[in-house]
Amino acid sequence: MSFFQDLQKVLRKNVREYGMYIALFVIMAIFTVLTDGLFLSPRNISNLINQTGYVAVLAVGMTLVIVIRHIDLSVGFLAGFLGAIAAILMVQVGLPTIAVVPIVLVLGIFAGLITAFLIVYFGIPAFVATLAGWLIYRGLLLQATMGTGTIIIPNADFNAIGNGFIPDIPGLEFIPGHALTLLLGVIAIVFFVLGQINDRKRKTAYGFEVLPGAIFALKLVFISAIVGLVAWVMAGYNGISWTAVIVLLVVGVYHFITTRTVLGRHIYAVGGNPEAADLSGVSVKKITYVVFASMGFLTALSGILFTSRLQSATTTAGTLFELDAIAAAYVGGVSAAGGVGSVIGSLIGALVMASLTNGMNLMGVDISVQYIARGLVLAAAVIFDAATRRRGG
Amino acid sequence: MATPILEMKSITKTFPGVKALDNVSFRVAQGEIHCLVGENGAGKSTLMKVLSGVWPYGSYEGDILFAGEVQKFKGIADSERVGIAIIYQELALFPELTVYENIFLGHEIRKGALVDWNETIKQADKMLKKVKLSVNPAAKIKDLGVGKQQLVEIAKALSKDVKLLILDEPTAALNEDDSENLLQLIRDLRDNGVTCIMISHKLKEVISIADTVTVLRDGQTVVTLDAHKGEVSEPVLIKHMVGREIENIYPKREHKRSEDVVLEVRNWSAHSQQLGRDVLRDVNFTLKKGEIVGFAGLMGSGRTELALSLFGNSIGYQVKGDLYINGQKQQFKQTEDAIKAGLAYVTEDRKAKGLILIQDVKQNITLANLQEIAKRGVVNDQAEAQVANEYRVSLNIKTPTIEQKVGNLSGGNQQKVSLGKWLFVKPNVLILDEPTRGIDVGAKFEIYTLMNGLVEQGMSIIMISSELPEVLGMSDRVYVVASGRITGELPVEEATQEKIMQLATS
Repeated sequence: MSFFQDLQKVLRKNVREYGMYIALFVIMAIFTVLTDGLFLSPRNISNLINQTGYVAVLAVGMTLVIVIRHIDLSVGFLAGFLGAIAAILMVQVGLPTIAVVPIVLVLGIFAGLITAFLIVYFGIPAFVATLAGWLIYRGLLLQATMGTGTIIIPNADFNAIGNGFIPDIPGLEFIPGHALTLLLGVIAIVFFVLGQINDRKRKTAYGFEVLPGAIFALKLVFISAIVGLVAWVMAGYNGISWTAVIVLLVVGVYHFITTRTVLGRHIYAVGGNPEAADLSGVSVKKITYVVFASMGFLTALSGILFTSRLQSATTTAGTLFELDAIAAAYVGGVSAAGGVGSVIGSLIGALVMASLTNGMNLMGVDISVQYIARGLVLAAAVIFDAATRRRGG
Repeated sequence: MATPILEMKSITKTFPGVKALDNVSFRVAQGEIHCLVGENGAGKSTLMKVLSGVWPYGSYEGDILFAGEVQKFKGIADSERVGIAIIYQELALFPELTVYENIFLGHEIRKGALVDWNETIKQADKMLKKVKLSVNPAAKIKDLGVGKQQLVEIAKALSKDVKLLILDEPTAALNEDDSENLLQLIRDLRDNGVTCIMISHKLKEVISIADTVTVLRDGQTVVTLDAHKGEVSEPVLIKHMVGREIENIYPKREHKRSEDVVLEVRNWSAHSQQLGRDVLRDVNFTLKKGEIVGFAGLMGSGRTELALSLFGNSIGYQVKGDLYINGQKQQFKQTEDAIKAGLAYVTEDRKAKGLILIQDVKQNITLANLQEIAKRGVVNDQAEAQVANEYRVSLNIKTPTIEQKVGNLSGGNQQKVSLGKWLFVKPNVLILDEPTRGIDVGAKFEIYTLMNGLVEQGMSIIMISSELPEVLGMSDRVYVVASGRITGELPVEEATQEKIMQLATS
């Protein structure tokens, strides 16, 4: 079979998986043309990544929540409230950043466990339990900021989480741009290529289906080129931001957990068929607690990222984050029927939605039109998803 | 042959990679009961889906002639319009709605824009009389037994003025009495001019009811037999279905009796808060090493509840009583504890409770024992593939690869995956709940052989089954359950179908 026939076949077979990447690519290309290249400028890409960060971590957590057939509407204002707590702990109590971050993360986990308790113990539907949470956290956020209004955070190390960049390696100034970023880019490519080759070897050994050789090579070259390009662009500006590092770390860890571990298998089993999972010795209750605790943890992280980015806690922080996260997860291919969805997909989904906002902002599109455009993209993504799923059987 | 009401000519239906129907021709005469038999995956359900418009015109090759006219159904609504109704194995009723609402759902009797409830109830009553079901039309479906629900489905079909009624394994979930009632009803319907097509795995039933039998195998018509010419008998049907003679469908095994009691249950009771009654009362029984103990009884007698409550999954039940495994008293808080103690439970309803249909063969097989193939919580893919392939080979699971989604496999192969999952747990006590329901003769034989192999290796099996020949053919001892109690214990040498039925209805 010729290369192009192979390519056609592979694309058709994996249209759902590759569709997302293609959509992201197309959206970015369109905005690059429409903004005369401004969209793809190092400064804007860096901005885009930092803007995506706090929604992306929420989308990762939300993916697992939706996979086990629940939903969490409370994450937006919980993130806002926890951000305000962080600000109060630093500004009014005077704790250092290094103490505040872990405290807030633990509070997030605790909040997630409360949600899970309502769902598991009382059997309240997640939609209702977290709608109650939405109201309560919104009220708590207003209370926390009532006396002061916006709380300005002076701590430079805290503010660096959302605005700063990783330091460069000293003594390598002769390399143009940010040397550590370039180095990390190269390391990422090497790891990716070796990992893929290893994986392919293993699969071939067990007689699983793998991509035809030429297509496989094309995939490696294509993804390596994109990673390389992003690293190059970033290195040309200030390097990788701390936000990007945190998001990559979260996505990496969650990707590993969901695809390789017993816990991940149990989560997807509960989503795929809760009764069968329960009768197989997988405790649905335990998994529900774990998934909501993880959601709480990531919500706290999102709150920290956002508060740090604004360098202040505001009375409206977190508004609509939950819907952005849910939209990102759906664009990324999760299914409300449960058991289907990937962390990487949701990251791409978050990038798609953030690119739309960012690109339209650059073009000066009115906010009203922006909402409509994002709504249409969300609907299109889910229609595409349903159509390809039906065809694929 | 009398005038055909239905002729399907040279029907070919392909799915990606599979030819489900290959040039099938199928003729049904006006006013007969025509049984369709064949192994799972033979194409029976696909053929009926083509006929009822689930697979629309254009998605298959060939012609459908109904009442002398070529039909081009675009959907179920089209086939219903000409008088074809299909009743699936899984009933399509709404549990929270009443009997009369269900009967007229989708074709309500109207008075202007409103539903004419008085007329609806009157008509529903008439339909219920036709199917000889004496229930209050205002009762909710969820409060009726499966047998009665089945009759409501038929009443619904009759209310649509059905000419050709298709029943897909109508007695699979029914006990002997309900089955006999249903078969009699189908005969009455025939005598009143309704032609019936019935898919069934129960050959005795087929023989007792069919005017004509068509056997499908591997997507092709093998033979059409006329019962009135004495062409239909169990050995003949089995021969055509599997393409080989099965001498004895219950393989023999050496009865190696051991006196070691593996599992003992004393004074076991369960109360359901939801139903407001006891589902199990003072159950006592023992299971010995290397023994197959059959649990016979009617549907709803409490056998599945017994299995679930022993297995630590007694959601909604208050359980009392003592459970001993190898002489050790056990108390399971959750299923995981039961699995650790050496129990495994292959569920009755493999699709709803046994398997994760959207996941692949290997993920399903390893789900209950992931620790075995994981190190520090990380699953070892190679070990997993190895395990899955071992069970694929040893259980003869027919699947292109172990990465195939379980939902795409046939019933028999799904059951084997379910078995593989529980064998991988390496249990001492295996509870099988209706292990061969809805699967074909060939796969049944394989499962029986497997069970014999397992007990020879020292495993003990509790087999819950509603098929009496199976209970008699496979068990060493038989317990009969009725209304949540054990009403009798019989060594297999003394057990007969009559004795069991007597205990089951006591």
